[in-house]
Amino acid sequence: MNLTVVNLIYLAAAVLFILGIKGLGKPKTAVRGNLMSATGMLLAVVVTLFDRNIVSYEYIIGGVIIGAAIGALMALKVKMTSMPQMVAMLNGFGGGSSLAIALAEYYAKTHSSAAGAVEILGANPFGAGALGIIAIVAISLTIVIGAVTLTGSFVAFAKLQELMKKDYGLPGGPIGNGILLLVSLAAIVALCLEPGNATLIIVIVVAALLLGLFLVLPIGGADMPVVIALLNSYSGIAGAFAGFILGNTVLIVAGSLVGTSGLILTKIMCVAMNRSLTNVLFGKMAAGGTVVSADEVYGGKVKSAQPDEVAMMLETAKRVVIVPGFGMAMAQAQHAVRDLMDVLESRGCEVEFAIHPVAGRMPGHMNVLLAEAEVSYDKLIEMERINPTFEDTDIAIVIGANDVTNPMAREDKGSPIYGMPILNVDKAKTVIVVKRSLSPGFAGLPNPLFAMDHTYMVYGDGKKAIIDMTAALDTL
Amino acid sequence: MDMNTLVMLLALFVLSLFLGVELITKVPPTLHTPLMSGTNAISGITLVGALLAAGSDSSATATNNILGFVAVVLATLNVVGGYLVTNRMLAMFKRK
Repeated sequence: MNLTVVNLIYLAAAVLFILGIKGLGKPKTAVRGNLMSATGMLLAVVVTLFDRNIVSYEYIIGGVIIGAAIGALMALKVKMTSMPQMVAMLNGFGGGSSLAIALAEYYAKTHSSAAGAVEILGANPFGAGALGIIAIVAISLTIVIGAVTLTGSFVAFAKLQELMKKDYGLPGGPIGNGILLLVSLAAIVALCLEPGNATLIIVIVVAALLLGLFLVLPIGGADMPVVIALLNSYSGIAGAFAGFILGNTVLIVAGSLVGTSGLILTKIMCVAMNRSLTNVLFGKMAAGGTVVSADEVYGGKVKSAQPDEVAMMLETAKRVVIVPGFGMAMAQAQHAVRDLMDVLESRGCEVEFAIHPVAGRMPGHMNVLLAEAEVSYDKLIEMERINPTFEDTDIAIVIGANDVTNPMAREDKGSPIYGMPILNVDKAKTVIVVKRSLSPGFAGLPNPLFAMDHTYMVYGDGKKAIIDMTAALDTL
Repeated sequence: MDMNTLVMLLALFVLSLFLGVELITKVPPTLHTPLMSGTNAISGITLVGALLAAGSDSSATATNNILGFVAVVLATLNVVGGYLVTNRMLAMFKRK
């Protein structure tokens, strides 16, 4: 096919991606947006198959069948609660694909007959002068980012799936990672001087794979949303760099859109935790003054209630706000919560959900779970909008959330989490906290909310507690 | 590739970054998970590069074809898995 036609079709594909992402900006147009972007993908792939450089189709057909079968199976089987793991895996595949493309391009250039000819002349198989160096740098950077994304994502997957429960770091922490990064950068410089040396490529690959491992290994739990968003960004950037290797416009456009998307989400997550990106990546909580002990905060002040007692409080409530956290996902309690909402609403009570940006294990995690339980998205209210309404709220029900409701973040200047934006749950007239025990959240801090006069703890499994409340309320 | 082409590609890259910022900041938090999986599927556009590597002339060495094959498998997984799972999620947001 004519190269001009190919490039025009790539342009059309890029436009479809842009319109697709634009469509993702509203729940009503999102499905159509996703379809548009998928159409763009199909166009780009089909037109590429006609490229005159493609001479055999065995590898292509085999690869597409295997990839499509596994991909479809994963997408249709995965549970909504496991969505963070799924996205982590997909990020990894994207990174791995860019890594493999960069390597393939390296071997194609250094082993082709044309390369043999230039090698005799002592020239660079990637091109003369600066262009040759740029080509090598593009290949190397794609390899580094692709490899970091690949191993980093699989560690993130293992942690989210709870296959790996502990956090490990390199001895020396950031210094160990720094050395790995320096090794790969040194190998890139050496490769520019000696493009034919395949050992250097291997060094880059291995160093970058290890770097991905050790970047994510020390990070756990509530910091995962940042990691996933960042790896999402890397997978896009790797794609854009692969576009520079191949001189392919659609790869550059699509890759940079994904790269910015991931970066923006990373930033939103960091702001919501009041931590810098380096702080999250190198696993340091803000150096905080005095950490209050749990006994000091809770000592004899915590009250508990049974689900049927809670039902009696709910009976007269005019406005209830439900605050979900990762615990709701763990307990698979989203359907139970929805039933509670239905019963409350049928009694004329107003119900809304307060969604903190970092609730759960990935951006928007709670929204997807509640959407699965058929809670309308206009009931899911973001932090800035719901916070002023807590004072007019009769009962706030916290299920599986902890640090994001800790008033110390607002009041205690010495606290390590001081400054983190929180949901002002404590301003509600009555607070119900559904939780297994008084164990601290990810930040490792006691939560004074639990010891407040107007707070009642409901201990036990989140799903069961909510079901019991609903049943009791139904009989009143 | 000559220097002019490279500069054009660089311009495309930088402008796309700015466009990305404009587009993504308009997406509400409620759709952030589908946004991630949806953009993730878009990053599977590397499939285009993978196809070129997998199907190229293998008379000199088959290494690049085999690497291309691996890239095709991974990128297709990314594309098919990403779009399907996004569609599944978005369908839940749509119904009421």
